[in-house]
Amino acid sequence: MSSNTDFEPKIIAFVCNWCTYAGADLTGTSRLKYATNVKIVRFPCTGRIDFLLLLKSFAQGADGVIVSGCHPNDCHYTSGNFHARRRWIAFRSILDLMGVDIRRIQYSWVSAAEGSKWADLVNNTVADIRALGPYAEYQKVADYLEKEGYNEEA
Amino acid sequence: MSKIGVFICHCGENISATVDVERVAREIGGMEGVAHAIDYKYMCSDPGQTFIKEAVKKYGLDGVVVGACSPRMHEPTFRRACAEAGLNPYLCEMANLREHCSWVHEKSEETTEKAIDLVKMMVEKVKKNKPLDSIKVPVTKRALVIGGGIAGIQASLDIANTGHKVILVERDPSIGGHMSQLSETFPTLDCSQCILTPRMVEVAQHPNIKLYTYAELESLEGFIGNFKAKIRLKAKSVNYSTCTGCGACIQKCPVKKIPSEFNAGLGTRTAIYVPFPQAVPNKPVIDRVNCNYYKRGACKICEKTCQVGSIEWDKEDEIITEEVGAVVLATGFDVKGTDFFPEYGYGQYKDVLTGLQFERLASASGPTFGEIRRPSDGAIPKKIVFIACAGSRDPAKGIPYCSKICCMYTAKHAMLYQHKVHDGESTVFYMDIRAGGKNYEEFVRRAIEEDTVNYVRGRVARVYEKNGKLIVKGVDTLLGGEQVEIEADMVVLATAGVANCGSEQLAQKLHVSYDPYHFFAEAHPKLKPVETNTAGIFLAGACQAPKDIPETVGMASGAAVKVAALFSNDELVREPVVAVVNRLAPPLYSTCVGCFMCETACPYNAIEHEEIKGRDGSLIRTIARVNQGLCQGCGTCVAFCRSKSIDIQGYTNEQVYAEVMSLLND
Repeated sequence: MSSNTDFEPKIIAFVCNWCTYAGADLTGTSRLKYATNVKIVRFPCTGRIDFLLLLKSFAQGADGVIVSGCHPNDCHYTSGNFHARRRWIAFRSILDLMGVDIRRIQYSWVSAAEGSKWADLVNNTVADIRALGPYAEYQKVADYLEKEGYNEEA
Repeated sequence: MSKIGVFICHCGENISATVDVERVAREIGGMEGVAHAIDYKYMCSDPGQTFIKEAVKKYGLDGVVVGACSPRMHEPTFRRACAEAGLNPYLCEMANLREHCSWVHEKSEETTEKAIDLVKMMVEKVKKNKPLDSIKVPVTKRALVIGGGIAGIQASLDIANTGHKVILVERDPSIGGHMSQLSETFPTLDCSQCILTPRMVEVAQHPNIKLYTYAELESLEGFIGNFKAKIRLKAKSVNYSTCTGCGACIQKCPVKKIPSEFNAGLGTRTAIYVPFPQAVPNKPVIDRVNCNYYKRGACKICEKTCQVGSIEWDKEDEIITEEVGAVVLATGFDVKGTDFFPEYGYGQYKDVLTGLQFERLASASGPTFGEIRRPSDGAIPKKIVFIACAGSRDPAKGIPYCSKICCMYTAKHAMLYQHKVHDGESTVFYMDIRAGGKNYEEFVRRAIEEDTVNYVRGRVARVYEKNGKLIVKGVDTLLGGEQVEIEADMVVLATAGVANCGSEQLAQKLHVSYDPYHFFAEAHPKLKPVETNTAGIFLAGACQAPKDIPETVGMASGAAVKVAALFSNDELVREPVVAVVNRLAPPLYSTCVGCFMCETACPYNAIEHEEIKGRDGSLIRTIARVNQGLCQGCGTCVAFCRSKSIDIQGYTNEQVYAEVMSLLND
């Protein structure tokens, strides 16, 4: 694996409002520093996160994705994070089969009290994705499919 | 084309110190659909909000993005400003430029670029926002208070005195909590029971308070204003409506050697017992784990003693449901036992006590009736050592925080000891003396100067037994690390205050957040100290962090005011973040195919079956419909839906895609 020092990966984080978003707020309040590459998209719950969004993100040029919510049993909505976890377990092998590099998806739990964990998660993910280099393969396939009209909405 | 106004806040220098705010406003101003973009020092201030209101009117804005702090902080502020200017509040969004950008990155080109991206995301989202109407729900004006210590007592009385009904649930057979165990209280040395027990009686007699002792919360469903609490009433085995509380059964009970919880293990109690003489209610329960009848099937002496036939052997736990509009959590704290400390003998030395045990020794209602005597041989200790910060401020023990109350109660203990044992000698080992509070520092000075308590700054490395004495080995760091060795008769550890057992499970039942030490988390460390992240659930006392009595009482009254404020409304306005199933004109009606995957996903049973019928009344199709009163807006159904027919307002697929695409398409 060649580490590319000039390469600034584009990473999108899909996080829940109650735990990880608040945890990331705490990172700010605690003035802990982390890389600028990650941008947060806020959801009410990880249970809301549609995996098609992850695919769409990669198709449009994201180099990595973080999904993070409340710890098991701590979900604000009782069970949303369990649904998300099950979805991740089920989709992981399918994504792998489809040719998506699942090393580019970082799945984690960050609670509202874990500001430093969020900083570590971001920094580690950025380092990992930087080592993996830009993610062009899936994008190429997606472009091809779009051009050939396979992706036309019915 | 949309006309969006963008307002970038400097937040004093909090944002502008690392982000080039002028450049953000300039570049966003050039975006398609942005009609107006400015930056200003304090967007949340009155002039800042006026800028927004004036711009909405002047440019006819149909969307507003405020790039400032976290939406968890000021989203309601800016949405209200928009509403005042006549713009639907749900057409206003915030980009988090402070917590997620300026505070976590150094000043650089990249930081400004990230800020631009974050604002862009929100501009693209707002383009897809739709005006929404808030949802009104009724409020059940009855509060549930969990925990009957001083926090729960104060909160219950304050709420009850505003004229609202309160349900107080206590796990133990009596209310009173830790405060009832204390001897005297700092910094005034007034007797804890003398100030607490009248309040306990007031709770029992208050017409607006329904008290359930020996009960625990089983589950809580619903949402602010409309909770359903299931409460488990543990079987007391005594019929309280006939029991007179005469106590004859307690006298006759043959099982007498059970360590008393109230005396922190120093005294004993019987199997049928009242925890302490001033208990409220002052009626016994049978401890089924230790009772001879429940263990071996024979005994029943209490039944023979009872003149009114109140013993109920076959009584089972009962689960009742109460509807409440708000919850106050006041479950308090616990202290670590001496067994937590290998260096102080793992709890094997009888004369090494916790601070709570010392309270019982010093209390007039305690096992020694207020005389300081060694548990091992009953002798009066002539040399006593107090060790502060036992466990607290010790990351190696997993408790890096300060337990806050120990400095003060250790000074009090030393003082009480000196008052009771005039020829005694007391030494306090401390790390720092933290005596912040009214008259607190004076109190500690009094212990040192008037009561001649010997304060040694340093840690105690080891305590061990030798010839009936406890050898305390420590250092005096103020004398250059000189070794100190004291042959003591008794050692008292100011053990760390920790979250009460079961607090994690309770937090999970209520869906409130908790910190790594299992203390419940407040919604904002400064501005929302009594609220939790779950609307309608409030915190009082040491369940949030260790705190002393005045602070606990203040917090409990604070929580009570929040509840009273909530109950001053007949209806609550809820954010319209709820799921909706799309509806189309016939013959399609909806893209919903009626598979009801959403129903299996919904934790709130908010999905209903809607039958679409023709003019002749024949059933055409069954599709899903969301009950907006029940839906809490988690959106799990949205990810489940196979035909993409259900969507969540405020986080629609369209909005989320627009956000993601804005980040990537450049």
